[in-house]
Amino acid sequence: MGLLDVFRKRKPASANVAKERLMILVAQERATRGGPDYLPLLQRELLEVIRKYVNVDNEAVQVRVDKDGEQDVLELNVTLPDGD
Amino acid sequence: MAEIIVVTSGKGGVGKTTTSASIAMGLAERGKKVAVVDFDVGLRNLDLIMGCERRVVYDFVNVIQGECTLKQALIKDKRNEKLFVLAASQTRDKDALTPEGVEKVLDELRQDFDFVICDSPAGIERGAHLAMYFADRAVVVVNPEVSSVRDSDRVLGIMASKSRKAERGDGTIKEHLLITRYSPKRVADGDMMSIADIEEILGLPIIGVIPESELVLQSSNAGVPVILDNQAPAGQAYADAVARLLGEDRPMRFTEADKKGLLKRLFGS
Repeated sequence: MGLLDVFRKRKPASANVAKERLMILVAQERATRGGPDYLPLLQRELLEVIRKYVNVDNEAVQVRVDKDGEQDVLELNVTLPDGD
Repeated sequence: MAEIIVVTSGKGGVGKTTTSASIAMGLAERGKKVAVVDFDVGLRNLDLIMGCERRVVYDFVNVIQGECTLKQALIKDKRNEKLFVLAASQTRDKDALTPEGVEKVLDELRQDFDFVICDSPAGIERGAHLAMYFADRAVVVVNPEVSSVRDSDRVLGIMASKSRKAERGDGTIKEHLLITRYSPKRVADGDMMSIADIEEILGLPIIGVIPESELVLQSSNAGVPVILDNQAPAGQAYADAVARLLGEDRPMRFTEADKKGLLKRLFGS
């Protein structure tokens, strides 16, 4: 870094960008971990169907599989936009 | 009874074999009887890093297929008589490693050794899975770089659900992170994720930080595990990691950049 750079606005450190991206990605991948392989595709198709009727964003549909004793429970969570 | 430690990473080229060789040699230097096993069937390389490539007669697959005894296949290290290498086979048959065969060999090694180090191949295929399947502990080698960190998390997830311990409900594999190719200067400049960043993303304790060093390549060239170079920071950092594996408490070294003076900051480096 030279003399002039001190007065220039520094761009955000790339390491911080890397960390933020990884935190989000790792959290997402851990949420679907251990579940059946079809979950991501199911999530995407559900999203497409819901979008035919309501305008929702990418994070609006959450699918996960929970173990409840002997049974696997498919939990579906759809966040609808504020109705106005 | 030996403890089985897998050295794994998911991503290739991050330093699994270098780490396996140095940890195995380090434990042997500390008086433990150690076997280090190459699981990378088809791409044998541990022998080269250990410097015993010309003494490989029998390999892992020969033992599994009953073509020789385990004793015949183990190569005694010339520098440390407590250290033995089991080379991978060069066969292109991916199914040469069978779960039953690996279990039999590891069970036999468990009887005679204090530590068995399993050098995993890259990826999450058969060889990598078998290398981790029977482990008691795991050293996950990670570079401070996005794809390596992500792949490490994948491997940790697989270990948590697909190891023998997990399948039997018999506890979990004890996991440690080992960061290699760390450059304190680049971290200080904001261009490389820090130890704390990686710890936070992966949520695991760090057993060692190996600084980026030209000497690692020189050691590989010579077939001498870098831990034997006790002048080199990388060698000393591996020795610290081995001590921590044995339960000792050691502060991290070689993780801070030299502080720059004001003049140097103003007028460039």
